[in-house]
Amino acid sequence: MSKTTQLEVLVGAFIAAGFVALFFLAMQVSNLGTLNSGDSYQVKARFDNIGGLKVKAPVTLAGVEVGRVLDIYYDAKDFRAVAVLGIYSQYNQIPDDTFAKILTAGLLGEQYVGLDPGGSESMLKEGSEIAVTQSALVLEDVVGQFIYGKAQEGAK
Amino acid sequence: MIDWLASLGRVGLTSAARLGRANLLMFAMWGGIPAMLRRPRLLLEQLYSVGVLTILIIAVSGTFVGMVLGLQGYYILSRFGAEATLGVMVAASLVRELGPVVTALLFAGRAGSALAAEIGLMKSTEQLSGLEMMAVNPQHRVLTPRLVAGILSMPLLAAMFSMLGVYGGWFVGVGLLGVDDGTYWVQMQSQIDWHEDIINGVIKSLVFGVVCTWIAIFQGYDCVPTSEGVSRATTRTVVHSSLAVLGLDFVLTALMFN
Amino acid sequence: MSPSPASKDVLVRIRGLSFNRGRRVIFDKIDLDILRGSVTAIMGPSGTGKTTLLKLIGGQLRPDAGTIEVDGLDVHALSTRELYRLRIRMGMLFQSGALLTDLSVFDNIAYPLREHTRLSASMIRKLVLLKLEAVGLRGVHDMMPAALSGGMARRVAMARAIALDPMMIMYDEPFTGQDPISMGVLVRLIRRLNDAARVSSIVVSHDVAETLSIADRAYVISEGKVVESGTPEQLRNSHSASTRQFIDGLSDGPVAFHYPTQTSLADELLEGRA
Repeated sequence: MSKTTQLEVLVGAFIAAGFVALFFLAMQVSNLGTLNSGDSYQVKARFDNIGGLKVKAPVTLAGVEVGRVLDIYYDAKDFRAVAVLGIYSQYNQIPDDTFAKILTAGLLGEQYVGLDPGGSESMLKEGSEIAVTQSALVLEDVVGQFIYGKAQEGAK
Repeated sequence: MIDWLASLGRVGLTSAARLGRANLLMFAMWGGIPAMLRRPRLLLEQLYSVGVLTILIIAVSGTFVGMVLGLQGYYILSRFGAEATLGVMVAASLVRELGPVVTALLFAGRAGSALAAEIGLMKSTEQLSGLEMMAVNPQHRVLTPRLVAGILSMPLLAAMFSMLGVYGGWFVGVGLLGVDDGTYWVQMQSQIDWHEDIINGVIKSLVFGVVCTWIAIFQGYDCVPTSEGVSRATTRTVVHSSLAVLGLDFVLTALMFN
Repeated sequence: MSPSPASKDVLVRIRGLSFNRGRRVIFDKIDLDILRGSVTAIMGPSGTGKTTLLKLIGGQLRPDAGTIEVDGLDVHALSTRELYRLRIRMGMLFQSGALLTDLSVFDNIAYPLREHTRLSASMIRKLVLLKLEAVGLRGVHDMMPAALSGGMARRVAMARAIALDPMMIMYDEPFTGQDPISMGVLVRLIRRLNDAARVSSIVVSHDVAETLSIADRAYVISEGKVVESGTPEQLRNSHSASTRQFIDGLSDGPVAFHYPTQTSLADELLEGRA
């Protein structure tokens, strides 16, 4: 009888360990743990150019992740890109004149949305829109401007 | 020339016949599932010999593969100043490719060859015939629990492999080479997608589980019942399983991540 | 050849049975009758497909032509379920014993009982011990098959074959590779089981003396045909050349000492020099 029990215990432990590993992969390695961490409210931000920003990119405030990019689409009316930001509900004290910009982590890193809080008394809530934004830096534009500036200097 | 054509034809015919027998066997084994559910102990025993006994090699290889990934990844990424993405690199390579594939290869060598040899020996010692004459269907009784155990074990083993690999990479990257602990995990979490990466990896390992176990069982069951035949069956199991896993991996990757 | 016995006395009736393996003809339209309650020996040189015959009777192989009826049922016309039900009433002793190596002797014999009956554990225990006692091996019930000698393994397999009290037992080469003592034990056991349990036995063997000593009737098969049938006495006095060669163990006769070849020895030897 004890042999049977031992077998059952070992197989049980095997299955449990396998599921623990799957759970670990889901919660600790992938974005499943961060996606569903509580409720969030949605805020829109319009950008002239979103560069390489992708859905699920983090939204940070003072370096702390406060949300995720939920959706990105093109608004044909004003020729701008709209990023829908999901801000976690616990960060409900963000002024509504906050400034959103698209930043790059490191030289080659991924792009994310950085928020700079303003001084307004009213706070962002579900459906608000961030008015002031700064587009992503597109390397070609930067280089182009630099060369144009140099050429101007040379012409003087 | 004619001889050459004739032998080509013979090879073609025998392979087609073998493929047909393999499919019939698979079909017959699925038919044994209700009977197996009435005797869960049979499945339990097979989960032990197919799954539990394979854990050790999976755990050791997973940890070391992760450590090597951490080391190599760090050296390459640090050249571009992108050490921060070490966690992403380690986790993505493990979850998408190395976890399912290396687990399947090790599984074929450890569990698949044992399955083929065991079934081949049961055949050559007339145990399978004996069961048949005792009015017990050997395909249902002997083969089905092994098939199910193989299919169930593979994703669990692959998940363990990936998890230990992620920790192996963490140990080298964060513990030895000084990558920031928080960065390692946060970058990983932001880049690895639950559905696209984890679920697809699990699907891959399920497919590999079906294929590897099927090949092992078929080779054992279809072998020539002599000691030479059994040894050929084990060799074939490992070779065919490895080729099938690598080939299928390409196809599955192309389908999933295109 | 032999007068056709009344049909109710016949347990296994084989008519016009043909079986080929690839291009090799194993059986060519043979007729056989196995009577209830008797020990029937089927003898013949190695490679005449005697084991194949048992597998055909047990429904593990399909004949190319002809019919096999067991207890009035056409074996190869049955559905899988009916065939399995018929097999419960057949016992078969394989050459190697075919014991399940991962189960103990006790569990091996209990296997068919647990599989096909709803007896209580204590009832099964009693039956298993009785069957083991019948083959004289009650002392080994907790050993593993690997620890048994060849003769003992065969006796355990016999106990397993009679576990469900079948109507017939088929013995596949029961005497091969046995020392004289265990051969004697097996011979006596086959006869005793046959008489005590009133089953029918089919013994396939090429051990002439032992087999004929217990058989009620015997068939000699050679080259796909039944060449002789009758009581052991009739066989011993047979004038047929192939029967004589087989029974007396002559090295040359209708079954040639030399495997047939196309070329002569001289040609083949000279060829190596060229």
